[in-house]
This record gives sequence, C-alpha cells and structure tokens, in this order.
Amino acid sequence: MTPSGQPNPAAATITPYPDGPLVVRGDFAVTTPDGRNIDVRRRTIALCRCGKSAISPFCDGTHKALGFRIDSDPAQAGSAGPAD
Amino acid sequence: MSDSYGHAPLPEPRGPVSAIVRDALRRAPHNLPVGLPAAFAGADPLTDEDLQLTLFLCYELHYRGWRGVDDGWEWQPSLLAVRAAAERRFEAALRTLTGPPPPVPPEQLPAALHRFTTTGGGPSVGGFLKRRGTLAQFREFAVHRSIYHLREADPHSWGLPRLGGPPKAALVEIQMDEYGNGRLHRMHAELFRTTMSRLGLDTRYGAHLNAAPAITLATNNAMSLFGLHRRLRGALLGHLAAFEMTSSLPNRRYGDALRRLGGDEAATRFFDEHVEADAVHEQIAVHDLCVGLARQDPALTADVLLGAATVLALDDLFASHLVDAWTTGRSSLRSPEREPVTPPAALPAAPLAPVVAGPV
Repeated sequence: MTPSGQPNPAAATITPYPDGPLVVRGDFAVTTPDGRNIDVRRRTIALCRCGKSAISPFCDGTHKALGFRIDSDPAQAGSAGPAD
Repeated sequence: MSDSYGHAPLPEPRGPVSAIVRDALRRAPHNLPVGLPAAFAGADPLTDEDLQLTLFLCYELHYRGWRGVDDGWEWQPSLLAVRAAAERRFEAALRTLTGPPPPVPPEQLPAALHRFTTTGGGPSVGGFLKRRGTLAQFREFAVHRSIYHLREADPHSWGLPRLGGPPKAALVEIQMDEYGNGRLHRMHAELFRTTMSRLGLDTRYGAHLNAAPAITLATNNAMSLFGLHRRLRGALLGHLAAFEMTSSLPNRRYGDALRRLGGDEAATRFFDEHVEADAVHEQIAVHDLCVGLARQDPALTADVLLGAATVLALDDLFASHLVDAWTTGRSSLRSPEREPVTPPAALPAAPLAPVVAGPV
C-alpha cells in the first residue's frame, strides 16, 4: 500500500519524499554488501538520500541542516511510467 | 493498574484552585464550589503553577487516573467546568504566544512547517548538555521529560478515532512505531524507563510530578488539550509533525551528551532510537498526515500551523527555563530538595562513569 492509499502489487514500495529520504514500506530486507541482514527495527524506514547521514544508510534528518534539495516526482520531469 | 504504569499519587497543590481540586479528588465525586476558576491568580497561564497543575490533575483522569481517586471524577460536570475555564485561559495564551497562523494552501503546508521549524532562535538544551552538561543536569532533563516519555505517543493516539482515510493511515503508521509495533521492549516509553533506570531515577509513572515546573506541565497539557478536543484535531496533528521535525538532531545531541557522561548503550538507546525513528516519522507526519488532513479539510490548515507553532514556542520557553537555571548554577526543577538524587544503594548495576571532559 502506498501512502496515498492506492494498492500496489509490489511487495515493497520506495517513495522519494520531497527534498528528503527514500521511505521504504512493505516486505523488504536491508543487507550489508556481503549479504548480512541489518536489523531495521521498524516496518517503515527512511534511507538517506543526501549522503551526509551519520547513521547511513538510514536518514537522520541531516539533509534539513544542509538545505538538501532534489526533484522527487518523476512525473514532473516527464519520465513517469505506468505504476505496473 | 500497577503503580509502575499508572495511578500516580496525587501531586502536592500549588495554589488555591489546585488545592481545592486535589482535596476534592480524594473524596467521592461531588460538586465543586461555583466560581472556583476565578481564583486563578497568575498573570500568565503558561507559567501559572496553580493553573497548570489543575489542568494536569483534570487531564490525568483521562489517561491512567490517580491513586485513590474515584474514576467517576473523569466526567464530573463541575470539575469539567473548572477544566474548561482553565483551558480557555491556556488556549488563549497559546494563541497569543504563537500569533495568528499565516494563510497557507494545503500543498504549501510542508514548506510552511519547514519554515516554522527552522527559524527558531531559542537556547538549545541538547547543545548545552552535549557541550558542558553535568550528570546532575542530565538527570534533571530526564525528570522533566519523564512526564511525557513515560506515556509517549498517548496524547496523539486520541487523534485516531477522529480521522479517516489517508491521514488516519499515516497516524497509525507513526504510532505503531512509537509503540514498538506492539513489542513491549521496543515501546518508546519502555526505552525511556531503561534510560531513567540507568540514571538511577525512579521510573514509576508520574513519580516526578512534584518536581516539574509549570512550563514542563504546560508542554504536556498542550498535547492533552489538543488531544481531548476534536475541534483541535488539526492542532494535534500539527503538534505531532513539529515534534517529529525538531526531534532527530536534538536526540543525537542528548545521546552524545549521555555517552560523554558515561552512559552505556542501554542508557542512550532511547535517544539513538529517536534519531532514526523520528527521521521517518517526520516525513510521514508532514506529507501524509498533515497534508492528508489539509486536503480533506482545508479549513483545518490554520490549526495544523497553530499546533506546530505551539510546539516550537513552548519548547523555546522550556529550553530557556532549563538553560537559564543551569547557567546561573540553579536547579531547573521546582523542588530541588526533592530532586531524586540517587542514593548509593540504588545505583544501577553498571554505574555511570565519572564526569569527564569530552570533545565538543
């Protein structure tokens, strides 16, 4: 389920939030490069997109202090495909 | 209910109204004297000890109740009238403090909330504690915060039955995390109990009420005010959003401060957890919860901003109270003689290391 309430057939969704992190929901695992599971401790996680988080790969809000800006909506860039 | 999780003992009164209300609560529900609220004497409701404690006495009846107090008081009409009179003064003071919210269309709400939460200029408790706070000051900070953190997330849960559709889903998503997805040892309130225990503080619900000054009660009473009045549901959600938006970075400082003071991983877990959790909650609270509500009901946008502004304004007053006290060598607690100084016998199993200077 996406935050807008639309069902999504994928097991997990990744949503780029405006000028913020990638929010991941659903059935997913976060692993190290050699395949060990990272305990995410929560059902919904936010992955760092500014590259400056002190708890990478997770977001710690640092992007706000940096004034991080990024386009989040591919539809506005004209490259959105169908949802499925 | 176990004393650990509720049924706090009635706190000591702080003026004529709280004295009469507290005395009445020890007996069977009955009508209070008419005209009681006229006895509120403080010029500023936000720092009026009598008014804030009276509100807290009334509100707690809707949370876990008081030890030895008949639950029938929760809906006793003459007590509700006293509460309403105190709330009128309190809400008016909050609206004066925060000023009229700017007119903002729903789609510009995230930008407006961002502006609100990045333009504050008050002192920083986290910065003070991280740089030069003592263990005694950190304990004081934990005592203030215990009033909320031992029932963390509860006031905002009152929003759930008042919402439907996307904003309800967003609030559930946040609250599930606050409550550890139903796992006791991950509930944020439980994490804070562990932190308090490591600090050698009494972890029982409401144990430190007598030490908490009016401004600390006011930060809690504002949440109860917004949570218990459906008409203020917009303010409740705006409050939650601003709370989450101003949480990740300060919590890192609190955790760093406690590490510098010798706190172990169990002691700092509450703060470390909030760095990560609130970075998630912030996104959901702003974009899904508050925008979701504003899209359903654009007229509530002003209340969302009222709630957000309330967090920031009260937090500034709270921070000033603590930092002013500490920089002048005083306790920030109301009754320092009752400050829960840890007797040696109650030190945690792995005592905190002595205070040492650390990197700034």
